[in-house]
Amino acid sequence: MNIDRREFLKLTGIGSVVFVTGLGSLGHVKDASAAKYDDFFFVQLSDSHWGFTGPAVNPDSAGTLKKTVAAVNDLKNQPDFIMFTGDLTHVTDDEAVRRKRLSEFRDIISQLKVKNIRFMPGEHDAGLDEGKAFQEFFGKTHYSFDYKGVHFIVLDNVSDPTSSIGETQLRWLGEDLKQLNKDARIVVFTHRPLFDLYPDWDWYTRDGIKAIEMLMPYPNVTVFYGHIHQEHHYKTGHIAHHAAKGLMFPLPAPGSVPKKQPIKWDTAMPYKGLGFRGVNAEVKKVKYDVTEFSVKGEKL
Amino acid sequence: MKPAKSITPIFIFSILLLIIVLSFTCNYATADEKEQVIQITAKRFEYSPNNITLKKGVPVVLEFTSLDRLHGFYCPGLGIRSDIFPDKKTRLRFTPDKAGTFPFHCDNFCGSGHEGMTGTITVTE
Repeated sequence: MNIDRREFLKLTGIGSVVFVTGLGSLGHVKDASAAKYDDFFFVQLSDSHWGFTGPAVNPDSAGTLKKTVAAVNDLKNQPDFIMFTGDLTHVTDDEAVRRKRLSEFRDIISQLKVKNIRFMPGEHDAGLDEGKAFQEFFGKTHYSFDYKGVHFIVLDNVSDPTSSIGETQLRWLGEDLKQLNKDARIVVFTHRPLFDLYPDWDWYTRDGIKAIEMLMPYPNVTVFYGHIHQEHHYKTGHIAHHAAKGLMFPLPAPGSVPKKQPIKWDTAMPYKGLGFRGVNAEVKKVKYDVTEFSVKGEKL
Repeated sequence: MKPAKSITPIFIFSILLLIIVLSFTCNYATADEKEQVIQITAKRFEYSPNNITLKKGVPVVLEFTSLDRLHGFYCPGLGIRSDIFPDKKTRLRFTPDKAGTFPFHCDNFCGSGHEGMTGTITVTE
């Protein structure tokens, strides 16, 4: 017997969001205690580019990620989980060096107090080997998970060197979305922007519009991404897209200068333009209070 | 009812005349707007040439070859893109319809200097 979601809620008495994943039968209901509405807090870290060297843009390239780990550990309220939105490491053509950087990155972030950490690659991690080395260290490059009533979808738009999500993954996305009710709370993580933020600077996803079109029927969708090394907020219809700062060097605002280049280190304001993001998810109100931090953990 | 064969000679003559006129017109247009062919090589992490000047309204063929690996060519301002393969020529035919300077870049991730693999197309009036 198929039971629709509202009927199921009455039956269980939870009265809140419960995802019925499989085919709508009770055998596919996820853990109800973990699936009910509840506020939570997570941290987004992005573009740490471990292995990058360039004293003009970051003379503390070997120390910034470690300082960030310490700053996250010092947060009064520890996050429920941490999400890294790609470019964990800086690109290298040498496969052995790529693995060394991934390994060193993993060692550094193992010092985080919070152990519920999720990863996805950026093109620097995965663009030259279609994510092979990344997967050896951090597993799948696209997946979904549920947390306290929110459905999180991690989309990989970098392992394909054409900066595409690709038809196979889009079909997977379609199947994943099919399991959800239209009023589901959905958060999408990507590395590159799904929309055409500034194509002249490679700030887009070639087939990102297809993913956006698939998400459009769902009224509660928010996207968090990286890649552009700065805070940025944009809406495609009702879908909000929030870019996070990076942890190695900031980049200029889209189209603000003729050529995209890292912004030079400001000796008067070290670490300016770098930082991480805390997201306080008030799920009942479908509201995300975004707080920007410097690498020292100061609220900006 | 008149027999159809009385119309046929006039019809055939009209068709022939039309073909002659069209043929003349087309030859004239081709001679006036002959396609410009520009050969561009791509290698990590540069195009050669990377600054290209075209004339508005004049058809052009960009003929790409890669000297090493898969690259891309994407010029959002003119709405044109192509993959560039190492083992074959790729031709991109278009007619610039607006004047200005339009940046292009490699849109197939190719390594540590990928983000600097750029150039510009300048279209003059």
